[in-house]
Amino acid sequence: MTGRRIRAKVRRSHLYTFACHRSHPPQEDGSQDTQGPGYSRIVCCNQPHVHTQKPNKYCTNYISTTKYNILTFLPKAIFEQFRRVANLYFLLAAVLSLTPVSPFGPLSMIAPLAFVVGLSMAKEALEDWRRFIQDMKVNLRKAGVHKQDGVFGLKPWMKLCVGDIVKVEKDQFFPADLLLLSSSYEDGICYVETMNLDGETNLKVKRALETTLPLDSDPTFREFSATIRCEDPNPSLYTFVGKFEYNGKVYPLDPSQILLRDSKLRNTAYVYGVVIFTGHDSKVMQNATKSPSKRSRIEKQMDKIIYILFNILVFISIISSAGFLVKTKHDLPKWWYLQVPDSKGLFDPGKPLKSGFYHLITALMLYGYLIPISLYVSIEIVKVLQALFINQDIHMYDDETGTPAQARTSNLNEELGQVDTILSDKTGTLTCNQMDFLKCSIAGTAYGTRASDVELAAAKQMVMDLDGQGQSGMGEKSGHDFVDSEIQLETVVTSKDDDDLKPSIKGFSFEDDRLMNGNWLKEPDKDDILLFFRILGVCHTAIPEQNEETGTFTYEAESPDEGAFLVAAREFGFEFCKRTQSSVFVRERYPLFQEPTEREYKVLNLLDFTSKRKRMSVIIRDENDQILLLCKGADSIIFDRLHSDGKMYEEATTKHLNEYGEAGLRTLALAYKKLDEAEYSAWNEEFMKAKTSFGADREANLERVSDMMERDLILVGATAVEDKLQNGVPQCIDKLAQAGLKIWVLTGDKMETAINIGFACSLLRQGMKQICIALKNDELVQDNKKAKEDILMQITKATEMITEEKDPHAAFALIIDGKTLTYALEDDMKHQFLNLAVHCASVICCRVSPRQKALVTRLVKEGTGKITLAIGDGANDVGMIQEADIGVGISGCEGMQAVMASDFAIAEFQFLERLLVVHGHWCYKRIAQMICYFFYKNIAFGLTIFYFEVFAGFSGQSVYDDWYMLLFNVVLTSLPVISLGVFEQDVDSEVCLQFPALYQQGPKNLFFDWPRIFGWMGNGFYTSLIIFFLNIIIYYDQAFRAGGQTADMTAVGTAMMTCVIWAVNCQIALTMCHFTWIQHFLILGSIATWYLFLLIYGEMHYALQVNAYRVLREVLAPAPIYWSSTILVTVVCNIPYLVHISFQRSFNPLDHHVIQEIKYYNKHIEDGRMWRRERSKAREKTKIGFTARVEAKIRQVRGKLQRKYSVMSSSSSVAQQT
Amino acid sequence: MPSGDGSTKPSAKTSKKPQYSRFTQQELPACKPILTPGLVMAAFLILGLTFIPIGLSHLSASDNVVQLIDRYDEACIPAGNSNPEEAHGKRVSYIQDDKTDKTCTRTLTVPKKMKQPIFVYYQLDEFYQNHRRYVRSRNDQQYRSAGAERKTANCDPEAEVNGNPIVPCGLIAWSLFNDTYSLSRNDVALPINKKGIAWESDKTSRFGADVYPKNFQTRSPIGGGKLNEKIPLNQQEDLLVWMRTATLPSFRKLYGRIETDLEENEKIKVVIQNNYNTYTFSGKKKLVISTTTWIGGKNEFLGKVYVTVGGICLLTAITYIIFYLVRRGN
Repeated sequence: MTGRRIRAKVRRSHLYTFACHRSHPPQEDGSQDTQGPGYSRIVCCNQPHVHTQKPNKYCTNYISTTKYNILTFLPKAIFEQFRRVANLYFLLAAVLSLTPVSPFGPLSMIAPLAFVVGLSMAKEALEDWRRFIQDMKVNLRKAGVHKQDGVFGLKPWMKLCVGDIVKVEKDQFFPADLLLLSSSYEDGICYVETMNLDGETNLKVKRALETTLPLDSDPTFREFSATIRCEDPNPSLYTFVGKFEYNGKVYPLDPSQILLRDSKLRNTAYVYGVVIFTGHDSKVMQNATKSPSKRSRIEKQMDKIIYILFNILVFISIISSAGFLVKTKHDLPKWWYLQVPDSKGLFDPGKPLKSGFYHLITALMLYGYLIPISLYVSIEIVKVLQALFINQDIHMYDDETGTPAQARTSNLNEELGQVDTILSDKTGTLTCNQMDFLKCSIAGTAYGTRASDVELAAAKQMVMDLDGQGQSGMGEKSGHDFVDSEIQLETVVTSKDDDDLKPSIKGFSFEDDRLMNGNWLKEPDKDDILLFFRILGVCHTAIPEQNEETGTFTYEAESPDEGAFLVAAREFGFEFCKRTQSSVFVRERYPLFQEPTEREYKVLNLLDFTSKRKRMSVIIRDENDQILLLCKGADSIIFDRLHSDGKMYEEATTKHLNEYGEAGLRTLALAYKKLDEAEYSAWNEEFMKAKTSFGADREANLERVSDMMERDLILVGATAVEDKLQNGVPQCIDKLAQAGLKIWVLTGDKMETAINIGFACSLLRQGMKQICIALKNDELVQDNKKAKEDILMQITKATEMITEEKDPHAAFALIIDGKTLTYALEDDMKHQFLNLAVHCASVICCRVSPRQKALVTRLVKEGTGKITLAIGDGANDVGMIQEADIGVGISGCEGMQAVMASDFAIAEFQFLERLLVVHGHWCYKRIAQMICYFFYKNIAFGLTIFYFEVFAGFSGQSVYDDWYMLLFNVVLTSLPVISLGVFEQDVDSEVCLQFPALYQQGPKNLFFDWPRIFGWMGNGFYTSLIIFFLNIIIYYDQAFRAGGQTADMTAVGTAMMTCVIWAVNCQIALTMCHFTWIQHFLILGSIATWYLFLLIYGEMHYALQVNAYRVLREVLAPAPIYWSSTILVTVVCNIPYLVHISFQRSFNPLDHHVIQEIKYYNKHIEDGRMWRRERSKAREKTKIGFTARVEAKIRQVRGKLQRKYSVMSSSSSVAQQT
Repeated sequence: MPSGDGSTKPSAKTSKKPQYSRFTQQELPACKPILTPGLVMAAFLILGLTFIPIGLSHLSASDNVVQLIDRYDEACIPAGNSNPEEAHGKRVSYIQDDKTDKTCTRTLTVPKKMKQPIFVYYQLDEFYQNHRRYVRSRNDQQYRSAGAERKTANCDPEAEVNGNPIVPCGLIAWSLFNDTYSLSRNDVALPINKKGIAWESDKTSRFGADVYPKNFQTRSPIGGGKLNEKIPLNQQEDLLVWMRTATLPSFRKLYGRIETDLEENEKIKVVIQNNYNTYTFSGKKKLVISTTTWIGGKNEFLGKVYVTVGGICLLTAITYIIFYLVRRGN
């Protein structure tokens, strides 16, 4: 406990700005901005009962993300089901099938509908149940709440009321939006992690009002009462306006007193707070947009096809009923054998219009087979199975966290195969948000031999690629040897490290014997090295925590970089062990490495790190009474502030910094300066004056005074920290880029950090032209109009620059920050912005709020009309994930919000490659082919029913038995098409990964465009014609057996149906290119089932009534003409398709045809060159990723070589001449 | 699962790691046929080369069928008036008149030697036996058992007479075809065997042996043929054949069998009782005498299509080869 107090005091001492704020006198009048509309909320603290009735009744803290509840499920879900036009149609048909109008029995209409709708509803119910369970987990979390008389007790979150006093302990989440009253620290500060809200990992400091500080224990709340007037619920995370009335005085409130729901209390034992916003009023929930139900584009297009089919249906129904009307009026009275009119008026020549109308209904039901009732349910089954495969994929299982991939909605599987733009969060998605000290440059010497992930992977790639090239290009062998050796040199250095992996220390991957184990003492610049280590160990704001078991120190640092520095310092022998209010203690293994000595550094001043200053400094007095300013900061800032004598190492360090940047590392420069007593005290006086002054210019004053001190520095060196990328991220980005996907990074981080990461994951590289769009000076920030003009100008300029660029290899990167984005996203500018962005190879948006992420996503989605995928891990990504066509959440880390909102959850970013390139590609093709085939088969079947009408006096008689029609969709043809949708693979997964460009078939929508759809429909039309007319003519009127019998309607119908079954099943076999035993079994099984069904049905009692009795056994099977006509019709139906595919494959092949062929002929084994040529062809031209980086490098090396060559050749020619 | 797995089970349960199987990893062994040029050529050549002979065999079978068709509806009615409407009225009243003798004699010449069995058919045109109202107007339950004679659902308006059920009920039975033919050759009667013309299942299962016609054709309007009330339904093969409704408005039904050979150019005298009314709807009536082969009656279409498709396949194969060679040449 005492330790904490001390730490609290230490904190207080350096967080000077807060102390000054607090001394503002309370404003008696209450500020203007809490009046008027939007600021009507009144919270009576400690009186939650006030808020249980009107007018101050606010919503409860119960949150719900479910779509239904028990009561609304049935009506709502049924409504949802019948919003699908096709289902509504089938419902009407089912109702009408109970009337005499129906062309068939009611069972054959109702049974399939009930089956289909029931299945879909069961799925809905299950999904909603899962959501409910998740919600309840959150709702039932316990929080400590003030009950009465200063007694606190646990309550579930959902029971919290506005006005409740809540006590939250360390590492707990805040249950609602709270006003901070007091904390375990005396000065009422607490540390909050807002990772779930905005993705930022550094801790934020919140502080209570001075006046509420005494409320720091349970009993003090016995009598407490106060009123808060504040703004109404709104989604803005960073603003809060309100006032606090306590003891008759009014205090203004600002965001620094507000603790937001879903953020976490850190480094603070406990806090007390008053609930202001509950449940869906809280800022985080306000930020959550309603999760939209997403439908894939293919499904939307499918709806259009269904509309087309509906039109065809209505059209032929009208033809049919017109024909019926004419026949009824003119012919029926002559057809004495019908004895019209009938009693029901269905065939009444006297009232042809009425009968015609009845017939229209009949016809609409009869031709309903054009619309595949089982389509939706089959697609649903297929998608669930596809999702199962995604869940089961062992290659997307993360061993570390034990999480498999998860398809949370199966609606969007095929959309995965059509993605055009990926919008990615950075922290936690691309990076693990863990810093590793990797390299440093001290006194102009670079240390650290270990390669960064980026370097390693790049080197590997280069060697691989050059191997390939070396083999293929025999002619220019010598040239390649050159390149090879140069590249290999690099690789030898890097790959060496790969083998001897030491037990790793978190945050420290440095390897260099020159510095380790005290060896640095032998280095020539050991004074500089000593200084370097001291800066690392002293210049920070962290707090050490001793692990009681091992005795080692871990550090609570504001940023992970700082933590990495301290670990590094510890490993180098400068272990930071204690911080008091005025001093920092470091156990230094110096001058002797074996014996640590504890040294004290008095901290005189601490100039804080802010994103604007981009540097921090401490002024210390060491044991020799020497006053030193130690400074670390962004290299550009430090270099500007060097003393002319301090630039000794500038050149070398700059070179190293560039290298580090290239390797994707985050860099900081370290510098110091020595101060003499007089100089310091003069400055300190001024500093103290600035610090204690009040007024608007206080900040500016402080800034100015700090700036005065941080000048004339002497450069010591630079650090390079690797923001650990998640496993395989650069490779994954490379592959995705090769697959033709565009990648945007949207991050809440600072611009520099974002750029560094851009380098690290190959989204940026040296030589890329960076377009930074940002507001240059502060005046513009104030003036909206000017700011807008400025940004518009920047955008226009950049666009011009791109259009004027001649070099085809030139790549541009757009970097834009959040504030600028606010303007750029406004309606009048967003199209220019988008236009610029799509021309850039990579786009990085930094400092963006969750809402902006969603807006950018919407802009890309709507502006380009292409399919977007958003991937993120935190609550701040929820908006973006929901807005995008596909939302992917990173599971396996702490926060679950992103996963909850996502459509797919994967454990690591790298699995995205497999998810898209393999599963997406497959699912897209499967679903597309499946839907096309579905329409084909139903048209082929449905139209035959129509043709028959023409020959049956348009009477609505079907040539097929009811059961044939019922089973056609449900049994006889459904399983092969499901197997197509589940198991089809054009090429296997490895080939998919090897030829990422194959993925482009999806975004280009090659398999579900209108020509293809109409092609399939035409094929169905053709098939229907062939099946009907060939059969009708073959079985026309003559005997069809040697026994002289003629064929009756049942026999012809059965023969025709046999042809339908054969034709559509052969068609699907021709469509597929991947037959496992399952496909064989299902296709052959479907045909066999038909015969089996005929046999069994033929023996059934029921069949006696419909002439189908023993139709196969007795009537058809003994007739040779039955079998020969089946063969003929089947072949004729499929010949055009066969001709089409054989000519297309041979003379105009698609990508996957070529790849299949290469695979088939094993060309990849015998002819590696062709394989590789195809592979390089099968990559999209890309400007980002390793490949692009490697290519750029190769171009560069080539350029060098050429120069060498020309020099050599000219010299040799000179030699020859002489 | 083998019992040896017991030890690994708990860990498998706690871990969410997907179980490896070739099925879940979508790595099942599969055959991936590819339409290589060779396969394409082979496929079309084989199709062509098999379809043409099949087609030819069908054609020759069809060629062996001898059939003669005689349309007699026009001839077997007194010559009409020149005014078509009046003529139509006259014909209808002629055919509907019970009292006139409607005997009509036709002479046919056998074009080729016909080997027995020779099948005699009647053919109706423009008769919509496939009309929905007609097709449904029956009740098979009633036909099947004597106890079900009251089951006349769907049979309306030929369901009952004065509250007594009609057996067999329905429009189909009611409109039973009732022209009769008697054949003679050189004034020697050619017997027509009318047994065994219906499907066996109709006689054994679908129509009852104890179901006798009742109240059939006892009420105006009278549709077609009458039935002998002494003979059970399953023996009345004419009815059974008629009850199998035809697919198209133009259809042939088996009338009987001649079980002697007919020689070429023999004259056959047919005495027709022209009872059935096709005049109201201007339908045609034909008498068809035909032999059969393994493909049934005369059916050139099937053979022709086979040959055509075979030809097209060969053509495709040749085109493909030419394309292929041209392309390789390039």
